[in-house]
Amino acid sequence: MNEILICRGLAKSYGGPRALDAIDLTLERGRIVGLLGPNGSGKTTLIKLANGLLTPTAGEILIDGDAPGAVTKSKVSYLPDADYLPDYMNLRDLMYMFRDFYEDFDADKAKEMFTSLGLGPTDRLKSLSKGNREKTQLVLTMSRRAQLYLLDEPIGGVDPAARDYILRTIIGNYSENGTVLISTHLIADIESVLDEVVFLKNGKIMLHSNADELREREGKSVDALFREVFAC
Amino acid sequence: MSWTFSGERPIYSQLVEQLQLRIVTGVYPPGSRMETVRELANEAAVNPNTMQRAMSELERRGLVFSQRTAGRFVTDDPESIAALRAELAQEKIDRFLGEMRKLGYEKREVVALLEREERT
Repeated sequence: MNEILICRGLAKSYGGPRALDAIDLTLERGRIVGLLGPNGSGKTTLIKLANGLLTPTAGEILIDGDAPGAVTKSKVSYLPDADYLPDYMNLRDLMYMFRDFYEDFDADKAKEMFTSLGLGPTDRLKSLSKGNREKTQLVLTMSRRAQLYLLDEPIGGVDPAARDYILRTIIGNYSENGTVLISTHLIADIESVLDEVVFLKNGKIMLHSNADELREREGKSVDALFREVFAC
Repeated sequence: MSWTFSGERPIYSQLVEQLQLRIVTGVYPPGSRMETVRELANEAAVNPNTMQRAMSELERRGLVFSQRTAGRFVTDDPESIAALRAELAQEKIDRFLGEMRKLGYEKREVVALLEREERT
C-alpha cells in the first residue's frame, strides 16, 4: 500500500461552523508535503485529527490503513505548534523519555544533532533560547524513524539562519519512504523543499498539486500563487 | 558556487542547469564520484526526490553514470563534456541575441559591437 494518509469526507466542528469541511485527501509515501493556509484555515485541526487528539465529526482519517490510535502513534512523529515538553528536563532525560516512548527513536542520531548545535546532555530546556528550544523539539521529532512526520509550524518564531537549519534537519533526517507534512504560512521559506502543496481555505482543500508542476503551469512561485488565492 | 533558485520556474529544471554548470566548470571534475542524492539535496536545501529526478535526467543525457555499489560518477568522456559546454554557450548566445533584438540591434550590428569590444 503506497498511501500513508487517507481522509474521506473528513469534517470537524467545534460546535459552530465547520473547521474542516468534508475533505478528501490522500498522501503517498516518500513525499514532503506543504500544508498551506492562512490562520484559521484548518491546518492544526487536520494535524490533530491525524494524531487522534481530536475525533472527527464526520468522515474518516486513516494512517497506514488504521484509524488514529496506539498503533498509528508508533508510526507517526508529531511536532506540535507549541512548547509541550516539561522545561525542567535536560536533554539527556528527554532522550531517555523519547527512547522509552518510541521504539523507533534513534538516540545516537539525536545526540549527534544536539552536539552539532553546541548543546550538551545536561542542558535544561528552560535554560535554552527560544530558537534552541524549537530546534530541540525538532531534533527529537526527526530522530524517530517514523512513517509519517506531522510538523505543525516548525519554522514559526525563529530567525532565518535557524530556519535554514530546521529545513536541512528535516531534509537530511526523515526516513526513506517516510512522508513529511509541514504546516505553515511562511511559504517562501520552505517552498524549495516541497514535493507537493495542499492549500486549505476555510476548512476546504482549494488545491493539491505537485509543486514543480504548479510552477510550470502557472509560471509563478507557490508563494505568489498563495498570495493570489488568499488575497483579502 | 552556491545554490540559488527562483520560485517562478520548476526547481527540477534549475537543478539540472546548475548541476550541468558544475560539471562543465570542473566543480565536479570528470570521472569524480558525486555525493549522494541526499547529501546534495541537503547542501542545496531542496527536496531529495527533486534532486533524484534531476540526477536521472543527467544520467539520461550521459553526463553522469551509476555504478551499482560504488555510487554515481561524472562522465569521464571529454566529448560529452565539450558538447555540453557548447550547448550551454549556444543557449547564452541565443538569449543575448534575443535581448539585443529587443533593443533594436540587427545581428550584424551586434557582431560589429563585439568586434570593437575585442579590440579594446
